[in-house]
Amino acid sequence: MSEALDVNADVIANEEHGISLWADAWRRLKSNRLALGSLVFLLSLIVLCLLTPWLAPYGYEQQNLELGATPPSLAHWMGTDVFGRDLLTRLLYGGRVSLMVGFIATAVALFIGVLWGTVAGYLGGRVDTLMMRLVDILYALPFIIFIILLMVVFGRSVLLLFMAIGAVEWLTMARIVRGQVQGIRQQEYIEAAIAMGLPVWRIIWRHVVPNTMGPVIVYATLTIPQVMLLEAFLSFLGLGIQPPQSSWGLLISYGAESMEEYPWLLVFPGLALASTLFALNFLGDGLRDALDPRASKD
Amino acid sequence: MLLEVEDLSVSFVTRNGVQAAVKNVSYCLDQGQILGIVGESGSGKSVSCYSLLGLVPQPPARIDSGTALFKGEDLLSMSAARQREVRGDRIAMIFQDPMTSLNPFLTIGEQLLEPLVYHRACSRSDARARALQLLEEVGIADSERKFASFPHEFSGGMRQRVMIAMALITEPELLIADEPTTALDVTVQAQILKLIADLQTRRNIGVIFISHDLAVVNQLADHVLVMNQGEIVEQGPGERVLHHPQQLYTQTLVASTPRGAKLMDRIESAVNTESLLSVKSLSTSFVDHSTSLKTRVTAVKDVSFELYRGEILGLVGESGSGKSTLGRSILRLLNPDMGSVEYEGVELLDLDREDLMPYRQRMQMIFQDPFASLNPRMTIYDALAEPLLYHSTENRQSVHKAVLQLMDDVGLQRRFVRKYPHEFSGGQRQRIAIARALATEPEFIVADEPVSALDVTVQKQILELLLELVARRNLSMLFISHDLSVVRYLCDRVLVMRQASLVESGRVEEVWREPASDYTKQLLASAPVL
Amino acid sequence: MLRFIVFRLLQAIPVLFVVISATFFLVRQAPGGPFDAEKPVIPAVKRALEAKYNLDQSLFQQYLSYMGDLVQGDMGPSFKYPGWAVQDLIASGFPVTAELGIYALLIALLVGTSAGVFASLKPNTRQDYIPMSVAMIGICMPTFLLGPLLVLVFGIWLEWLPISGWGDLPGDKILPSITLGAAYAAYIARLSRGGMLEVMSQDYIRTARAKGLPEHVVVLKHALRGGLVPVVAYLGPAFAGLLSGSFVVETIFQIPGLGRFYVQAAFNRDYTMILGTTIFLSTLIVLFNLLSDVIATWMNPRLRDSLRGGPQ
Repeated sequence: MSEALDVNADVIANEEHGISLWADAWRRLKSNRLALGSLVFLLSLIVLCLLTPWLAPYGYEQQNLELGATPPSLAHWMGTDVFGRDLLTRLLYGGRVSLMVGFIATAVALFIGVLWGTVAGYLGGRVDTLMMRLVDILYALPFIIFIILLMVVFGRSVLLLFMAIGAVEWLTMARIVRGQVQGIRQQEYIEAAIAMGLPVWRIIWRHVVPNTMGPVIVYATLTIPQVMLLEAFLSFLGLGIQPPQSSWGLLISYGAESMEEYPWLLVFPGLALASTLFALNFLGDGLRDALDPRASKD
Repeated sequence: MLLEVEDLSVSFVTRNGVQAAVKNVSYCLDQGQILGIVGESGSGKSVSCYSLLGLVPQPPARIDSGTALFKGEDLLSMSAARQREVRGDRIAMIFQDPMTSLNPFLTIGEQLLEPLVYHRACSRSDARARALQLLEEVGIADSERKFASFPHEFSGGMRQRVMIAMALITEPELLIADEPTTALDVTVQAQILKLIADLQTRRNIGVIFISHDLAVVNQLADHVLVMNQGEIVEQGPGERVLHHPQQLYTQTLVASTPRGAKLMDRIESAVNTESLLSVKSLSTSFVDHSTSLKTRVTAVKDVSFELYRGEILGLVGESGSGKSTLGRSILRLLNPDMGSVEYEGVELLDLDREDLMPYRQRMQMIFQDPFASLNPRMTIYDALAEPLLYHSTENRQSVHKAVLQLMDDVGLQRRFVRKYPHEFSGGQRQRIAIARALATEPEFIVADEPVSALDVTVQKQILELLLELVARRNLSMLFISHDLSVVRYLCDRVLVMRQASLVESGRVEEVWREPASDYTKQLLASAPVL
Repeated sequence: MLRFIVFRLLQAIPVLFVVISATFFLVRQAPGGPFDAEKPVIPAVKRALEAKYNLDQSLFQQYLSYMGDLVQGDMGPSFKYPGWAVQDLIASGFPVTAELGIYALLIALLVGTSAGVFASLKPNTRQDYIPMSVAMIGICMPTFLLGPLLVLVFGIWLEWLPISGWGDLPGDKILPSITLGAAYAAYIARLSRGGMLEVMSQDYIRTARAKGLPEHVVVLKHALRGGLVPVVAYLGPAFAGLLSGSFVVETIFQIPGLGRFYVQAAFNRDYTMILGTTIFLSTLIVLFNLLSDVIATWMNPRLRDSLRGGPQ
């Protein structure tokens, strides 16, 4: 026993530790300054939005009608709106909503999409045909119109918004995952695992899912901005988040109404949304390059 | 002198530094001569030719030095525009993979006449007449109709004929052929090689023939040049270089090329007729999803054979002959339509998932592609430990020891055990895959083209490893290959498959001496020999 | 080819049927009717109105009579615009939306593909980075932000272009078209760059170069067709996006198009109008998806073959 231990200890001491593809990808990502900057920006934004209730100097509903709309000043860094509400505060609270919609709806899409795509892709045959046929049909539907319809019919609840958007976005996710799984399914290491007599769930969990994660992460990163855009779009039309709650889309909508007199009410929320979308897209691109070295730039 | 390359050096500038791909290469070629350039992957044999024509993108490539006089004019120092004039007009090329080298969006005819139209300002109708004539010359009948076809309507061999016609349409003085037959079946390869040789003699042009296959080069080239790691190792007349090599590397290369049946002692000893596996009237079909018309294809039709305990049974056939499907059907990786597979008298096709489990341990498979057969996100340790953890009640201690033992068995250093597949070369990966197959201590292994993707020197090492393991562990093996010389080198008996059916079976030396079927005769006659 | 189109059209019918039925029942589930206005209506008047619009029948009867009318092209009267039939409102709004959509699509295709192809010719140089960065900004700049900003800059500060209307003042179509097309131009630029880079690394491009073809022939004749396949496949979804994008643009620029009607109908709970517009737009989108599928398939000879049907 002790002899065996000694042998192992000896060998382990000499083992070279490999670099997993994840570690490799992270190394590549770190060397991409734009993507890394985007990641830092997003992380600080998330922290800022999480801490908003403690950080914000004003309440988001706190009005100051006497003050009215003022341009940016020391007391109000981004100025105030016509009700004298602090724009920075409202922007941060709006960010909470916008980011939350982005992340939760993407998580919903991720969950359904990965499950659906993996099952369809792995099982193949008739099950696959049936499942993907459904996706095709849903794909052909004009979803924006449907979401508007849902908002009209069931009223404007944030929860419904999450579900509706998530329900749309999972389609592409399912397609991507299914394509990946189909490719992996034909790889010889899957056949080797079957030949080894491993149970199906273990093959899926240990051999299939980890290898689909790359594109899934990339696509998830790129879904978040799409979802945020959709929420902002609906809020802009007055069909999304309801005042006095705020979201970036809503703020932009108000800003657009009074942009002639108070341009800062449009510019700051617009900047916030655009730069966040920017960062998410750059991060997604960077992740794609990092996770798929073949597609990367050299 | 047609082409004189002098002191050519090419390097690649990447983020990780400068890497020399071609180092001080010099050679020359006369009109009417065939120069064979031989080397393993990464030897710089293709880059040394592509860079002459400006076909290596710069950057990342960089030509460090050299001249290449083509009829007295330096290809390397001429302007890009002049280079383009020469390229495709006086120097033409054909490439390895005819399936991807033709534009799928344009008709064969359109692609054929382009060189004439752009280099000679030839009218389209004249070019068309010339192209039709040339199609007939390279052996494509019914050229009028074929002219309007798209590449996907052609087989690999036909496409390579089109490529050759396209290269020759401007009547070039020099033809560079980069592995033009590597992607083709051996019988088609023989036809294409003959075509190239015929056209070369008839037109008296110079040909540079790049190949990894010594036997092919032996058959065709007058003059041979051996490259390794960017340098010329040896050059001279084909006969001398390939049959009396002076340099150690060339000697290794020649020795690694499987030739003849070397293992007479094995053949004598392995006379054993105790059946391990008995296949009777096996048929497997599947739905072809490659076109939108879902047709059922019979890949294996009514195949019967016995596999004896302790033997290596070769299974030979060209692509699409159903040999892989047969191997997978036996292991129940595919479900056959009918027939029987008996393993030690037990009918495998009747077993349900549960009852099949013990047999999964006893029968394993080794795959062709060393890059696809290992899960890229599992370390070697995890890959080898997985079957051990699943099929035995061993504790972590003993699993660890067993993994290290497996590493020893296949000749991998123990300290690599925590590394990932992408950190290894193709040969090393194939060793890992073999170790994984051995982990469950199987008695029977199906090896599906396990050395086809490897360079010849590595191929030799893996073949020797397989032989050693078979002897030491008393394994039986079904060895699937398209390569006749490998089968002859390794196997005791051989089965020949063609279009889903078995056409021949017998002891290797007997089949080689006296093939029974016409197809086997044709196969043997087509295989180039060194 | 014809068989393929007919087959796909037949496939579209059940999809449209589901869309229409789902929309119908969904809209009828909505709380608050069209006559729950601010001022309470006298019950007798309300009943008379409901009878006029068939609201007193059972839901299923209403469904049947609606479907019957629909087949004859009758989408019923609008609840909010008395005296107007829904199909007439659509007929008055759609040409405007269609014109706006076509301009935007043209801008998107012309600007997008040329920028993408241009960038792909010299990847990872300034020629690539600059257009692609602009494209990224375009993608991150939603219509509802870009529109007001353009109005602010070109309409209000510079006073170069009118800030609202459609066909009333010279040049008033420029800003809406750009606003709507910009994001799609950006996305198409990225798609065509990716497609071109993919194709340019193919073996057959090397063959074309080895033949000594001039670079413009290599790019335009050999690479473009394959490189633009992703763009063509994107046209269907892009069209759907353009329609919904026009909701915003029409709102911002006060353009009397279908999108604006739809958004107003959504606020006013104008059931028949919502229903009619949804059906109309869905049909259009389904058809456009079909069209872009057919074109994408036609562009690929391998697939084209399978369209002709039957082994030869």
